Amino acid sequence: MDFNFTEEQSMLRDALARYLADRYDFETRRGITRTDAGWQPAVWRAFAEELGILGAAFSEAHGGLGGGAVENMIVMEELGKALVIEPYLETVVVGGGFLKHAGGAAADALIGQIIAGTATCAFAHAEPQGRYNLADLKTTATRDGAGWRLSGHKAVVTAAPWASHLIVTARTGGGQRERDGVSVFLVEKGAAGLTTRDYPTVDGRRASEVYLENVAVGAEALLGNEGNGLPLVERVVDEATAALCAEASGCLKKLHEGTLDYARQRKQFGTPIASFQVLQHRMVDMFMAAEQAVSMTYMATLNLDAEARERAIAVSSAKAFIGKACQSVGQSAIQIHGGMGMTDELAIGHYFKRATLIEGLYGSVAYHLRRCEALSLADAA
Amino acid sequence: MNLEFSADDIAFRDEVRAFIAEAYPAHLRGKMEEGEELSKEDYLAWHRILAAKGWVAPGWPVEYGGPGWTATQRYIWSEELARADTIPILPFGINMVGPVIYTFGTPEQKARFLPPSLSGDIWWCQGYSEPGAGSDLASLRTRAERDGDFYIVNGQKTWTTLGQHADWGFFLVRTDPAAKPQEGISFLLIDMKTPGITVRPIITLGGEHEVNEVWLENVKVPVENRIFHENKGWTCAKFLLAHERTGIAGVARSKRGIERIKAMARAEAGDDGQPLIRDPDFARKIVELEIDLKALEFTELRTLASESAGKGPGPESSLLKIKGTEIQQRITELALEAAGHYGAPYFRGINQDGNAFPIGPDYSRRVAPTYFNMRKTSIYGGSNEIQRNIIAKMVLGL
Repeated sequence: MDFNFTEEQSMLRDALARYLADRYDFETRRGITRTDAGWQPAVWRAFAEELGILGAAFSEAHGGLGGGAVENMIVMEELGKALVIEPYLETVVVGGGFLKHAGGAAADALIGQIIAGTATCAFAHAEPQGRYNLADLKTTATRDGAGWRLSGHKAVVTAAPWASHLIVTARTGGGQRERDGVSVFLVEKGAAGLTTRDYPTVDGRRASEVYLENVAVGAEALLGNEGNGLPLVERVVDEATAALCAEASGCLKKLHEGTLDYARQRKQFGTPIASFQVLQHRMVDMFMAAEQAVSMTYMATLNLDAEARERAIAVSSAKAFIGKACQSVGQSAIQIHGGMGMTDELAIGHYFKRATLIEGLYGSVAYHLRRCEALSLADAA
Repeated sequence: MNLEFSADDIAFRDEVRAFIAEAYPAHLRGKMEEGEELSKEDYLAWHRILAAKGWVAPGWPVEYGGPGWTATQRYIWSEELARADTIPILPFGINMVGPVIYTFGTPEQKARFLPPSLSGDIWWCQGYSEPGAGSDLASLRTRAERDGDFYIVNGQKTWTTLGQHADWGFFLVRTDPAAKPQEGISFLLIDMKTPGITVRPIITLGGEHEVNEVWLENVKVPVENRIFHENKGWTCAKFLLAHERTGIAGVARSKRGIERIKAMARAEAGDDGQPLIRDPDFARKIVELEIDLKALEFTELRTLASESAGKGPGPESSLLKIKGTEIQQRITELALEAAGHYGAPYFRGINQDGNAFPIGPDYSRRVAPTYFNMRKTSIYGGSNEIQRNIIAKMVLGL
């Protein structure tokens, strides 16, 4: 057993942390959320060129640094601490995940562009009717010569306004909610017949409704096997969920630390409010939740290469635990900040908002608890 | 003991229900449902209709313009308002400063301020909290120095709800800095148009402009605008805080909120494609909420009954505040959960006209901002920690 980072991993974390401390302060982020673009392509270029983090989780054969899930975890935790908007999760973890696992010439080429910072991805998967059920798809892909034609409506596709490429799930067979018949496609955002309605999300990021109307793609757009894409989707979504847990860990740490700082300096009744036992205990609960979030993130990350059932139980356990922590730690942070916690001026409220959205991303607490029940209690029944 | 309403009460319920159905303005319908931000005119439109009917201040004594209703009738009234999902009556004049004025004011002050408070001609705001005086309100530092027939007021107030619309404010100011904190405070009514007052918006988590900072710089306030004795303002403040807590349970509104969750859960599909309301996990959360609301409702009814028997609202009302706000917050948590993916879009400033693609169902539009916004309820009006301290000290004698 070894929970230590390698020297390279420590350097990756420190370099990114330093960069974000210097160049990604809260006020800068706020300014960016108010621009039309909503993100900073210059920061993305710095991620690629100055820091080289976009290649950290790709193999050397792909031109990366030879890392994997642990590198994603390290990066995502730091991004969580700085409330970074830019689409690492969507591009490297989700996009990169599909491309790595599916393989093929088109995938390899795009990985190169991701590492270089010239391609960005979004995951056009969820649909208005489907909630968190990964198999609930109405979007269709039908054969058209050697290629395919895609039609459907994808809901709340985060980071889509910034994406050059979309990973789109669609039915090539089977009925809505059947496990069989799901396929995964790589679609350029500019493809004819693809339209989006872009909007901000409550955490200061951007998303789109994505409409596909007979969008033509070539044979090489199919990632993985036709009709048997759901296991691939589940794997990548588990990887993304673990990465999201890492982001949440960073966010929870800041919520906890920010609250501690505030309670130490805020005086009422002639004394810092940190001296009140009722608040001390609440801050201890926040601390314990934040620490255990890190533990659960390690647990999930280190199980990503386990067999599918074990991996799923690990990831869903972590996300269920961390989803609850996002709610309790976030609410406590606001409560202890009092009125100041309610203002848009302080960073704390923005961490709370991001933590709140993370609660529902890639499955709510209820969804992941049910997934754990179905998988881990199946034997008992 | 008896749970039934009397025949008179039922007749009263039918009367007010019919009135609301007829008189509530069509253009305001649905605004609460969608959680839209309300304009000054929205509030005043409904306020004026009720004022004309004589029903805007159900708790006021008849001599000052109250309708003379019993506690049961007032309860029925608030239930019916919530049932119809009307926009709320602003509390600042009706529930806060009004009762202070008719309890502590001079005949001149009553004649000058009560009628326009009822009619809606004065929009009041509250100048209590300061950056350094929140839970510890008595530590407030805004200073009022006597200068002949005036006070000269300097200081800063904060969290002034809807102060951007206010004509007048009621302020707690320090008139004797040498006295013990509670003993050097006075209660002043200040015309918000007086030179030296600056109102600055504070934008909150959901993007709303609901609260403000109010800066006072050499603001001249006539001494005749002081309520009650100099340095005895804390008496008014305590009285007002107790008043503010009655009705803070918000039972009727929470019932409506749960109905709204149920409607969402009928419309939304769960992970298995069945309506979310048939999801046992979600259904259980709704039912637990309903049970806790029932416990709150019957606690409030018992409080109401003892109030009818002549006992004023006591420290027990802290229980209503704590449990009421916890339930209000849980409702917003459930709404956010029910909305699923469509809780994420942020609609402020987004054009939802008929030509654009719609973004999710209407009922999801403000669930996240409302969830953020309702965190305030366990902070304002005396935080829930302070309320627990009050119960520990005043009720349990600890």
